[in-house]
Amino acid sequence: MMPAVESGTLEKRPPSLPSVQTVTLTVNGKETKLQIAPWTTLLDALREYMDLTGTKKGCDHGQCGACTVLVNDKRINSCLSLAIMQEGAKITTIEGIAGTYTDAPAGLHPLQKSFIERDAFQCGYCTPGQICSAVGLMNEGNAKTTADIRELMSGNICRCGAYTNIVDAIEDVLNEKAA
Amino acid sequence: MSTPQKINKSVGKPISRVDGVEKVTGKAKYAAEFNVPDLAYGVVVSSAIAKGKIKSLDTSDALALDGVLQVFTHENRPKIAWFDISYNDQDAPPGSPFRPLYDATIKYSGQPIALVVAETFEVARYAATLIRADYEEATHETDLEANLHKARKPKSGIASLLKPPPPKPRGDFDKVYEEDPNKITGRYVHAAEHHNPMELFATTVVFEKGGKDGKGKLTIYDKTQGVTNSSMYVSQVFNIPSDDIRVLSPYMGGGFGSGLRPQYQLFLSVLAARELKRSVRVSLTRQQMFTFGHRPATVQNVALGALEDGTLNALCHDATGETSQFEDYTEIVVSWGGMLYPPKNVTMEYKVVPLDVYSPLDMRAPGGVTGMHALEVAMDELAYNLGMDPLQLRLKNYTDIDHNEDRPFSSKELRECFRQGAERFGWSSRNPEPRSMKKDHNLIGWGMATGIWDANQMPSRAEAVLMVNGKLRVSCATADIGTGTYTIMTQIAADTLGMPMEDVLFKLGDTDLPFSLISGGSWTAASVGSAVQEACQAVGKSLLKLAKKMPASPFKGVKWEDIEFADSHLRLKSDQSVAVSLQTLVDQNGGKAVRESVTSLPNAFKQKDYTRSAHSAVFAEVMVDEDLGTVKVTRVVSAIAAGRILNPKTSRSQILGGMVWGISKALEEESAMDHNFGRFMNHSLAEYHVAVNADIHDLDVIFVEEHDDIVNPLGVKGLGEIGIVGMPAAIANAVFHATGRRVRDLPITLDKLL
Repeated sequence: MMPAVESGTLEKRPPSLPSVQTVTLTVNGKETKLQIAPWTTLLDALREYMDLTGTKKGCDHGQCGACTVLVNDKRINSCLSLAIMQEGAKITTIEGIAGTYTDAPAGLHPLQKSFIERDAFQCGYCTPGQICSAVGLMNEGNAKTTADIRELMSGNICRCGAYTNIVDAIEDVLNEKAA
Repeated sequence: MSTPQKINKSVGKPISRVDGVEKVTGKAKYAAEFNVPDLAYGVVVSSAIAKGKIKSLDTSDALALDGVLQVFTHENRPKIAWFDISYNDQDAPPGSPFRPLYDATIKYSGQPIALVVAETFEVARYAATLIRADYEEATHETDLEANLHKARKPKSGIASLLKPPPPKPRGDFDKVYEEDPNKITGRYVHAAEHHNPMELFATTVVFEKGGKDGKGKLTIYDKTQGVTNSSMYVSQVFNIPSDDIRVLSPYMGGGFGSGLRPQYQLFLSVLAARELKRSVRVSLTRQQMFTFGHRPATVQNVALGALEDGTLNALCHDATGETSQFEDYTEIVVSWGGMLYPPKNVTMEYKVVPLDVYSPLDMRAPGGVTGMHALEVAMDELAYNLGMDPLQLRLKNYTDIDHNEDRPFSSKELRECFRQGAERFGWSSRNPEPRSMKKDHNLIGWGMATGIWDANQMPSRAEAVLMVNGKLRVSCATADIGTGTYTIMTQIAADTLGMPMEDVLFKLGDTDLPFSLISGGSWTAASVGSAVQEACQAVGKSLLKLAKKMPASPFKGVKWEDIEFADSHLRLKSDQSVAVSLQTLVDQNGGKAVRESVTSLPNAFKQKDYTRSAHSAVFAEVMVDEDLGTVKVTRVVSAIAAGRILNPKTSRSQILGGMVWGISKALEEESAMDHNFGRFMNHSLAEYHVAVNADIHDLDVIFVEEHDDIVNPLGVKGLGEIGIVGMPAAIANAVFHATGRRVRDLPITLDKLL
C-alpha cells in the first residue's frame, strides 16, 4: 500500500518564503548588486529596486510591450524574465539608449528625436517600450517595408493610437541610416 | 532701447510637445513611479463572485508570512464617511457611489475584498494568493438583453446638467412614419468596452508625520484626470483636512475617461498609509482594470422615414444602456439626430437597466459614438432605400439649426468637411452597388458618416507670474492625459505676452495650483486655455501700469486697447518703436514678480442662444476577405471642423488617436461577459483586442477652417472626442458596400460576416 499523503500538504502553501538573494545586474553599462527575492521579474527589479522607472508596466503578462528592454541588443519583454536569469547579460533600458547606441551619451538617440519630431506618442506611457522595440527592430534588420514595420512593431500597444506617427518616426531613422 | 529680437507667434504652428524629451527618455514619472524610502506595497484581492456576501475571510496564512504588514478587509477597516454625499465626485452619477471594504456585501465580480500590504511587492503579491474567502452567493443578473423588460427612466441628479435627458417628442412620428414612402428600421447591439489605458491604475501615497489633526500629511501621486477630484474625495471620505492632502499627477498614462472618477486603489492606498503611518503604493493588475467603470453595453432602435426626394421627416431613436444597481449612469445616445437633421416628427427615448456590474463610466465620446453609429448606419440604409448617394442624403437634410433646442449653431462648417473630405477621398467615383469592387479575394467597400460632439467650456482658474528673471510661469491644477495640455497652454501664454515658448513654464497636475475641474468632455483646451489667456492678460495689464509709472513714460494716458505684446516687449500698436521690454518692466516692480490669478467663466449670456459643437465627415475604405470574413480598414479621410486649431501637430495626433479608437471599436473591442459567473472573461490585453500597429493603415486628417467667437474667447473646440464619433458608422457602411451585408452590431467580428 502506498503511504498516505500527509493531510493538506498539497493544498496548504507554506507560510514561509525562500530568502532574498544577491543578484548582480549590468544595466546601461553599470553593474549593480541587488538583494531581491528570486522570483522578482527583471521589470520589477528595474522599477522598484533600481529606480529605473522609464521601463513601464502595462500588463505584466507579455501582452502589451510597454516593458520592452534590450538584453544583449535583443528586445525582450522584461516582465517575462526574472532578474536572476539576466546576471551577466548586457541590459539596456530607455535611460541608456543614447549611451549604448550613439556616440553622444548625453544627447538623444535618433529614434528619440524622430519620435518627438513626428509626435509619435501622446500620453508617453508606451513610448520607452516603443523606442526600445524599434532599436531592437533595427538591430534585427528584418524590416524592409512599411508593412514590415507595422507587423514587427505590433507587440507594442499604443492605446493613444499614435501608430502612423510611430511608423513614420522609425522610417525616418531607417531612411537616414540607408542614405 | 535695444532692438527687440523677432519672436514668431506659436499658436497655429505645428510645435513639438514641450514634454517630449521627458517622455522619450523615460524621465516623465507616472503615479507608480515616485519611489520614496520605506515604501510599502499593497496588492488587491478581488471577489470571485458577482453578488452575495462574504461569509468569512481567512487572512491568517497571509499575515503569518514574513514581511506582511497588514491585511485590510471590511472587518478591520477604520471608520470612514457615513453619507453617500461624501463619496460623490465630480463625475458621480445619481445614486450611492461604491464604497470599497465597506461591508460584507458583494455587488459585482472583481470587487476589492482585501488589501494585502507588505514590505515588498513580491511578498504582497504572493500573500494575496493566500487569502481565502468563503461566500454566500446570490443570483446575479448581468445580461442586458435578457433584462430589457426591466428598463426604466434613469434618475436625475447633478450629472444631468451635462447629460440632459432626450428632448420631448415633436410632431407625430407614428403617423408620418406610417405614411412615408421610404422607411427603414433597425436594432443595434453594442458590447461593453473597457478603457484600458496603457498605465495601470496606481496610487503612491507618501506619508509624513504631523498634519492639522496629528494623523499625518499625505502627498498622493494618483492616476487621475483631475487632481482636485481625487483630493476632495480623499478629504471627504476619510475626514482629512484638505491642507493635509496634496495630490499630484504630472503625467498620466492615458485616461480616455477612466480617470474621471477616483478609483478604488486611491481609497485603499490612503487607508493603508493612514493606518500603518507609512508610505504605500497600490497598483492594480491588468485584470483588475476590468473591475471598475466601462462603456455600457447598449441596445438601440432607429427608425427613419423620408419623402421620395430624400427629405427626412420622421426619426425615432431609442436606447437602453446597462447601469449598476447602485448608480444610474447615463449618456447622451439618442439626442444627436435631432441636432444634426431637421425632421419635424421625432421621438427619442433613453432608458437604463440596473445589473450586477460596476457603474459604467464615460469612455471617449460616451453616448456620442454609440448613438451616432446607429443613426449614421440608419442614414446609409435609408440612402440605399431611396437609391440616393449617402453623401447627397446628408446634404439634402443639412441644417444650421439645432432643432432639439431650436437655436443656431455657434459655427458649423460641416458642409465644408463633406466637400473637402469627399474630394480627398475620391468619393465621386464611387459605384454605389454593393460588392462592385474586388481585388484578388478581397471585397472593397467605401462608406461615409458624420460625427458631432459638444464644444463645452467649464469654469477654471489659472495663475500667471512674470518672475524677476523675466521668465513666465503659468499654472493650473488641470491634467495632460496625452492631449497636449502642457504644450498648448505654453503656446497660449507665450503668445498672449509676446514671449518665446522657451521663456514660459506651464505647470499642472498639482492641487497646490489654481483650481480646475476634471479634464474630460473635450473641454480642457477651451476652459483652461481661456483661463491661461486671461491670467496672462491680467499680468499684461499690471505691466502696462508699471510702464505708465516709469520716468518720462511714453505710455502715459495709453489704454489697454492701444498696446500689444510682441518680441518680449510691451509696445504701442500705432508705433512699434515705442516699446519697453518685459524685463525692464518687471525690474520696476520693487524686486517682486508680477503675479495675477483669475477665474475664467464661460460667457453664458453670449453662449445661451447657440448650440456649440464640433463636426466631422468621415470617409472609409475597407477590404474584406471573402473567404475569411476579416476586415481591414485600408484608408480613412477624416475632415474636422473644430474651431481654431492651436497646434496642428498635437491636434492631428488627437484626431488620429480617435480614428484608431474608431477602428478598434468598429472591429475589435468587446468586453465579453460570462453570464454564468457575471464576470468579464477576456480581462487581458491578449483577449480584449485593441488595435495594434498592423491594424492601422492610411489615416488622413483635414482641419477645415472654422471661425467662432461665441464658443469661448480662444475660438477653440475640443478634439479629444470628435475623432472617434463618425468612425464606426463609416466603417460599418463601408463593410455593407463591400459585402452587401448590413451588420448593425459592434464590433463587426469575422463571425458576423461569414
